[in-house]
Amino acid sequence: MIKEYTCIVCPRGCQLEAVMEEGELLFVSGAGCKRGEAYVRQEISDPQRNIATSVLVLDGRMPLTSVRLSRTIPKNSIFSVMAEIKKKVLKAPVHIGDIVIADVLGTGSDVVVTKAVDAKTCVSAQK
Amino acid sequence: MEQIDALIVGGGPAGLAAAAELHKRGIKDILLIEREDCLGGILRQCIHDGFGLSRFQAALSGPEYAQRFIDQIEELKIPYLTETTVLEVSSDRVVTCVNRNGLKKYQAKAVILAMGCRERTRGSLGIPGERPAGVMTAGAAQAYINLYNRMVGKEVVILGSGDIGLIMARRLTLEGAHVQAVFEIGSVPSGLSRNIEQCLNDYDIPLYLSHTVTGIHGSSRLEAVTVSQVDECFNPIPGTEQRYACDTLILSVGLIPENELSLDAGVQLDGRTRGAVVDEHYQTNVPGIFAAGNVLHVHDLVDFVSMEAERLAEAASRYIKQGMLRPCPVVIQTDDKISYTVPQSISSGQDVVLSLRVKKPLTNCRLMLHQGEHILQEKKLKKAVPAEMLQIICQKDRLNIDLPLEVTIE
Repeated sequence: MIKEYTCIVCPRGCQLEAVMEEGELLFVSGAGCKRGEAYVRQEISDPQRNIATSVLVLDGRMPLTSVRLSRTIPKNSIFSVMAEIKKKVLKAPVHIGDIVIADVLGTGSDVVVTKAVDAKTCVSAQK
Repeated sequence: MEQIDALIVGGGPAGLAAAAELHKRGIKDILLIEREDCLGGILRQCIHDGFGLSRFQAALSGPEYAQRFIDQIEELKIPYLTETTVLEVSSDRVVTCVNRNGLKKYQAKAVILAMGCRERTRGSLGIPGERPAGVMTAGAAQAYINLYNRMVGKEVVILGSGDIGLIMARRLTLEGAHVQAVFEIGSVPSGLSRNIEQCLNDYDIPLYLSHTVTGIHGSSRLEAVTVSQVDECFNPIPGTEQRYACDTLILSVGLIPENELSLDAGVQLDGRTRGAVVDEHYQTNVPGIFAAGNVLHVHDLVDFVSMEAERLAEAASRYIKQGMLRPCPVVIQTDDKISYTVPQSISSGQDVVLSLRVKKPLTNCRLMLHQGEHILQEKKLKKAVPAEMLQIICQKDRLNIDLPLEVTIE
């Protein structure tokens, strides 16, 4: 049996063909690099994704910061992790790399800030 | 009027990379002007992952990618102005800008245009129907949700399969909206295939090719759209109309380089890219005015924007020090399968990165640089699609400057 995949590891988006027999992966063709085969193996056994979303920030120059996960989580836990992240409210200032939730829902993945939000004061231009 | 070596218009990825690179090449008298209240440009609202794989060998979100450059600007103490709008750039490189402190003029040795691009809107498509609220571009929806904490709707239809539309299909779904479908007028998706996979297929959002929105209904708020199939000439096929009840229509139907300031300065635009015509130094037809990034041609990946701006800065630093750059008499011609190349002319003074796009998807093809029968360079490609920019290097020592350079794909 041949199953087709689109690799999502990088923007090249290689079209992969996985040759399967009795549920076992025999080989993968079409991959531009070795990450393609690893991606297919993961997709077959336990598909994983990273997600990015926003978290409320109080007293900041902006109402939101952005976050993502330190490592991928099982695809089927995306919406439960989103619900956990939604419960959080941060206070400015927040910094890139701040951990909002460690080991979210026991996935081993941390929710990490990706945008600095300064506290609400008037920051003037330099020149 | 204040004199300055380099004035950069726009503090997005192109402007930031150009500023940092100019500084590294010894040009310290720089001013970067940004109209928003902070640097970073569109990256500030692109919170998803996947930036930086080429430039930093790391998968970053948009804000993290921008911060790497902003940190450099701060460390190098490169002066910048935010909440400042450039009103005019003249052909003799006088830049007029305005902010809360009033109007100011600068005489620059080099002006770097890095204004990026804007989205095509409903107006540019001419979709018939009423004019209710709830019809917006993908980038506007992205700004509402990711910057201003405002949800845009609950029942969503997306027109156009550009990458921002695909990214927003996923984002809206994560935020609890129901995205019914993505409709694309073309027969192939215009976004990257990885985004079709991870933004649509992951969330069971259907993509209908050769379909477009032919009616918008609703008095104050959008209530429904009519969708029709189209023929090869993109004309709606009568009898195929289907009505989709929705409160939000997201448009992801293309980007236009933002060149109003360039036109004022007398910069000649290329009808194919809608950006400036530039030589290998990224210099426009107006001496001392340079352009890079999405204002020059719409890129697929920000990494290529940064690297293009860095190449621009290298040339602009030589221009500022020497007052001129090597002329570029070799004009680049393309066959009918290639939609454009950037730059549009070169010299034989240095190796040059040519960026280009194909008009239609091709598989197992050969991209060639040649002058008549003489082949300078060739590159075998497993696939080439309009959604992805291609690059090929033209090596200086093989070029005959008396002949045009032909770029073909077969």
